[in-house]
Amino acid sequence: MADGLTKSAARNIFFGGSLFFFLLFAALTAHSHWYMKTTSTNEETLTDSVKHGKEVWEEHSCINCHSLIGEGAYFAPELGNVWHRYGGRENPEAARAGLKAWMNAQPLNVPGRRQMPQFNLSEEELDALVDFFQWTDSIDTQDWPPTKAG
Amino acid sequence: MKYETQWVAYPFFAVAMALFALQVVFGLLAATVYVLPEFWAEFMPFNVIRMSHTNLLIVWLLIGFMGCTYFLMPEEAEREIHSPMLAYIQLGIFAIAGAGALVSYQFGIHEGREFLEQPFWVKVLITISFLMFLYNTSMTLLKGRKTAVNMILMLGLWLAAVFWLFAFFNPANLALDKLYWWWIVHIWVEGVWELIMASLLAYLLIKMTGVDREVIEKWLYVIIGLALFSGLLGTGHHYYWIGAPGYWQPIGSIFSTLEVLPFFAMVMFAFTMFWKGRRNHPNKSAMLWTLGSATVAFFGAGVWGFMHTLSFVNYYSHGTQVTAAHGHLAFYGAYVMMIMAVITYAMPQIRRVQPYNQILNMWSFWIMTGAMSFMTFTLTFAGVVQTHLQRVLGMNYMEVQDQLVLFYIMRLGAGVAVAVAALLFLYAVFGRAREQVPAGGTQMTSGSY
Ligand code: HEC
Ligand code: HEM
Ligand SMILES: [Fe+2]
Repeated sequence: MADGLTKSAARNIFFGGSLFFFLLFAALTAHSHWYMKTTSTNEETLTDSVKHGKEVWEEHSCINCHSLIGEGAYFAPELGNVWHRYGGRENPEAARAGLKAWMNAQPLNVPGRRQMPQFNLSEEELDALVDFFQWTDSIDTQDWPPTKAG
Repeated sequence: MKYETQWVAYPFFAVAMALFALQVVFGLLAATVYVLPEFWAEFMPFNVIRMSHTNLLIVWLLIGFMGCTYFLMPEEAEREIHSPMLAYIQLGIFAIAGAGALVSYQFGIHEGREFLEQPFWVKVLITISFLMFLYNTSMTLLKGRKTAVNMILMLGLWLAAVFWLFAFFNPANLALDKLYWWWIVHIWVEGVWELIMASLLAYLLIKMTGVDREVIEKWLYVIIGLALFSGLLGTGHHYYWIGAPGYWQPIGSIFSTLEVLPFFAMVMFAFTMFWKGRRNHPNKSAMLWTLGSATVAFFGAGVWGFMHTLSFVNYYSHGTQVTAAHGHLAFYGAYVMMIMAVITYAMPQIRRVQPYNQILNMWSFWIMTGAMSFMTFTLTFAGVVQTHLQRVLGMNYMEVQDQLVLFYIMRLGAGVAVAVAALLFLYAVFGRAREQVPAGGTQMTSGSY
């Protein structure tokens, strides 16, 4: 260790530097916050139903089997782009019906295959959940994921 | 044990280790579901098993940190703990909160964000207990001697509490939710917890190698400086794809690469002090865990972290088994092993005996570390295959998973070995104390030249 550096100098560098990097990080986060609200996500389509859909998603902790935009568990398919995978960008009605049918059909009970539970969601909850998936698919994710498989 | 109240650490270590055992049990269950998908599907679905596994880890690490703090604070501050009674009450509240969360998960009662699943009342109790802990230890520090070790430890703990408050903030906009979620998860493990780790490491090295405190504390400031200078902006490696601006790709790539430095510095620091030290400390197994922690943290966090941190790599590997591989070895090396090191160091003093059961303890070290490494390798291979098939070739997720079964079987095997090692550790630490000194001519002597 450099002998020129005294302990108190090392301490001052630590406090000064950390404060500097914290402020920079906070400023960039503030800018990212603003960017998300104005540019990369659509606040206008963030309806009460989408918000409710996020609550349904959280209430059943889907995140501990699935990933959502790459974060969460890795036990079940990525769902950030599931709306796209179900063809929602071309045919919203069919995608909606397909996703709702999927939720209602669980568990599939295919032997030797991972199971997804039945959550007994109401029509309204199902629609909210699908709205949430549709909205999530509209986030500008810098072109992630690389393939439709998620 | 120079101060009576260092004994307060004992119940904290006991509770922490009991929860650790339970964490491993849930880990084994989760690994079993990967191999036998229908296992317990009705009784306890995978998401409940997983949140129990991860939450137990976080809760026991926090209780472990508290135990470590109660043990070292009297020695460093040169005075007794402010209020042992407060410590026991605070432990009781934390344990009840943790148990409450665990039980409610089994009934499907939880919040829905990863790692923050604790029901609201549990979060509140955790906050209260943690504040009581901070009050108790800070009062001890304020009235006593201030060293770099205890100041930095307390700084890390206080900041951990501050960033925890983001757990109460859940924006409806998913992108914003993710933006601030990382202010807890990343800033904890790659920021303020590193302060805790580094100060525990410094404490153990001062005690066991006998190297001059001035030298060690200077290193300590350099290490934590490296940690925060890189780690704060390094959060950017989680902002690549969540709707944040594109500038995070260069910023996150550069600064998170620099995050390797504090881990590299810690491993250099540990070994340099070890060779430099003149003291031949009798607790060889504690020294082994100490050096092991710095080493495995460097590989788990540093090397495995770097492997997927550059944005153009992460574009393909994001959210695959590669992430799981890294998460396991990083947590194990940096935090699990560091707490094991302090426990192994402290327990003979707490029980007022010479270092005991050392051979058994070292068996547990090598089996656990070997098995965790093997688990990391299997998950890494699984992750590489998954990345290629799913992210490059675009194969369907479930079809890809079918290709990974062999890796998951090996992972389960590694998990069984970890469980065996955990039992050995519990017995070595809490079981009947037999004097076991490694045979003469041991390589584990510091300052052997
Ligand atoms: C216990 C784990 C588990 C939980 C919890 C879970 N899922 Fe799933 N999910 C799965 C598995 C496994 C699959 C893949 C099943 C298959 O292909 O046979 C899946 C598939 C899906 C799919 C189809 C994906 C595709 O690409 O075809 C959707 C949509 C879905 N889940 C939505 C949800 C939602 C919404 C929740 C929460 C309300 C949820 N899941 C909770 C395990 C889970
Ligand atoms: C002890 C320190 C560390 C611990 C405990 C740790 C733990 C974790 C965990 C648990 C995750 C998964 C989070 C999730 O659920 O989404 C993760 C993700 C990640 N970590 Fe670390 N980590 C550490 C240090 C590092 C370092 C030093 C780097 C970089 C050099 C790094 C790079 C990453 C990256 C890039 C991801 C995102 C993976 C993805 O895209 O899916 N980590 N880490
Ligand atoms: Fe990170």
